[in-house]
Amino acid sequence: MQDHNKTALGDKIFKGLTAFFAAGIALIFIAMIAALWQQSQPSIKAFGLSFLTSMQWNPVTQKFGALIPVVGTLVSTLIALFFAIPISIGIALFLAELAPQWLRGPFGTAIELLAAIPSIVYGMWGLFVLSPIMANYVQPWLKSWLGFIPLFAGPGMGIGMLTAGLVLTLMIIPFISSVVRDVFLMVPQPLKESAYGLGCTNWEVVRDIMIPYGRKGIAGAVFLGMGRALGETMAVTFVIGNSYHLSWSLFAPGNSIASTLANEFTEADGQLYMSSLVELGLVLFFITFIVLGLAQLWLRSKKV
Amino acid sequence: MEFLRTGTKIILLTMALAIGFSCQATAAVSINGAGATFPYPVYSKWAYTYNRLTGVRLNYQSIGSGGGIKQIEAKTVDFGASDAPLKPAELDKYGLMQFPMIMGGVVPVVHLSGLASGKLKLSAANLADIYLGKITKWNDSRISADNPGLSLPATDITVVHRSDGSGTTWIFTNYLSKISPEWKNKVGNNKAVQWPVGMGGKGNEGVAAFVRMVKGSIGYVEYAYALQNKMTVTLLRNHDGNFVAPTSANFQSAAAGADWAHAKGYYMVLTNQPGASSWPITGASFILMYKTQTKPAQAREVLKFFAWSYNNGARAAMSLDYVPMPAKVVKMVEDTWRNEIHGSGGETIF
Repeated sequence: MQDHNKTALGDKIFKGLTAFFAAGIALIFIAMIAALWQQSQPSIKAFGLSFLTSMQWNPVTQKFGALIPVVGTLVSTLIALFFAIPISIGIALFLAELAPQWLRGPFGTAIELLAAIPSIVYGMWGLFVLSPIMANYVQPWLKSWLGFIPLFAGPGMGIGMLTAGLVLTLMIIPFISSVVRDVFLMVPQPLKESAYGLGCTNWEVVRDIMIPYGRKGIAGAVFLGMGRALGETMAVTFVIGNSYHLSWSLFAPGNSIASTLANEFTEADGQLYMSSLVELGLVLFFITFIVLGLAQLWLRSKKV
Repeated sequence: MEFLRTGTKIILLTMALAIGFSCQATAAVSINGAGATFPYPVYSKWAYTYNRLTGVRLNYQSIGSGGGIKQIEAKTVDFGASDAPLKPAELDKYGLMQFPMIMGGVVPVVHLSGLASGKLKLSAANLADIYLGKITKWNDSRISADNPGLSLPATDITVVHRSDGSGTTWIFTNYLSKISPEWKNKVGNNKAVQWPVGMGGKGNEGVAAFVRMVKGSIGYVEYAYALQNKMTVTLLRNHDGNFVAPTSANFQSAAAGADWAHAKGYYMVLTNQPGASSWPITGASFILMYKTQTKPAQAREVLKFFAWSYNNGARAAMSLDYVPMPAKVVKMVEDTWRNEIHGSGGETIF
């Protein structure tokens, strides 16, 4: 009897402890928004909504606007998703379905190890290895075939939006592919067997059984990758070119929110400058929040 | 059991001894500073030698000039360090004084195949127009006019600048503002500016990497960085109209020509100084200290370290490609310490 009471008490303490941890996260989340909001007040008062639409970022005249870093953040993330989604699904299918059994373990581990590489290493690799390849081979080739589209016009210097997007692609592939692989592994075997039994090809099973079944999980994986791409800092700073100019060309240098913060925080003197950087952080917070919120809504509306 | 007890005793004794030793170590004087990254290598070299001679330890955190100013204002450090001097009004506001500690030069570096280092001549106006985006090709007649006999390619000029806020940018844009009214009005002088053209690399190494990679690019880096990485530097036309090379002697000539005696609060920017061989983009790195010291003994240790560095650190500075302050400036600074830095009771510290 006494023993039983002891366990009940233990359970209560355990429950309280876990509740405390969970509430702690929520509290920290609210405290962070409050702190960002409070610290960005001088900038919000000075610029109002024009902060979101202004292309100025001028520490000399103390005029700040977020448009260029916001566009850069979104464009580099879109490029990354454009390449990473199909590649990751391909990798996941190979690992879950097509690869011979003995290859799956080592191959899967290798992909997951990619996720463990620190982002600064990706940045240096992007700068010293990928950028010259882009400048000498990829961009001239793209320009010669697609140069009439403004996206691929202008001088290709290797450093710029496209290269930043490609580095991000590599960085988010391990996240997306390992989650999608687990999703595919959860597709019930009988479902697949019956499809094969009906004479479906590999491709038909993938298209009509596995992808529809795992849709929600795949979307979750994509949003995980997107979250990482939106906030990535060091790797992007190295290759994006850090320039406050808006250009249609993907070859042109641009800037992202996280990269701006990393570059300018240490030497930002003056209250307005500092507060504008904090507001930029707040904007990134909201972008991530809205994107993930929309994703949740979309997932709920597609409930199987 | 008996053995265990002995073991415990030994452990306790060792611990007690260790604590005793570490107390002794912390009892030794240590001085704290924070700020500019540019002079960090030479400060740490001085500190190492000084520590071996005197046992005084310097903790210097190279968190950037802006951070250094914030830390000294918050009184968390004994001195702050900044690559850009504070204006006399700002110094007065906080009761601070400043003095120049070490100098360096900022040099333009280019990537043009077949061009040897120190061959390309740039006038002040051309450098400004390149950074304003008004000269866009290397074979522009304005550049070739200064470089007869040098065949320059029809390559696009790619401008590279710093993406992070930095004292180097402050010195560089200070020079451009002095020599180009258009630069002064359109862009201005700060540790970060809104660049009309080009792309930004993070740190000296980021700019150097971009310049090495992109054909036809031009950037600006600290002299020591250009030298150690064997980059292609340019000559610049100075205040007196001569084309000069970036060398230690030419930086010192810029500092020697400067009128420090009449610069209130040592607010002196060494860009575009007169002198036949003065390098035009020279700058000093500054130390910030409070005029009234609440801990005079501590402040005395700080000043003793700087005095030692002035008088014995020149060789170490030059081996790292920095430029030591000329002797007459050192004497002036030591007089300033005597006159301006006091304890809370008004007593002289140095």
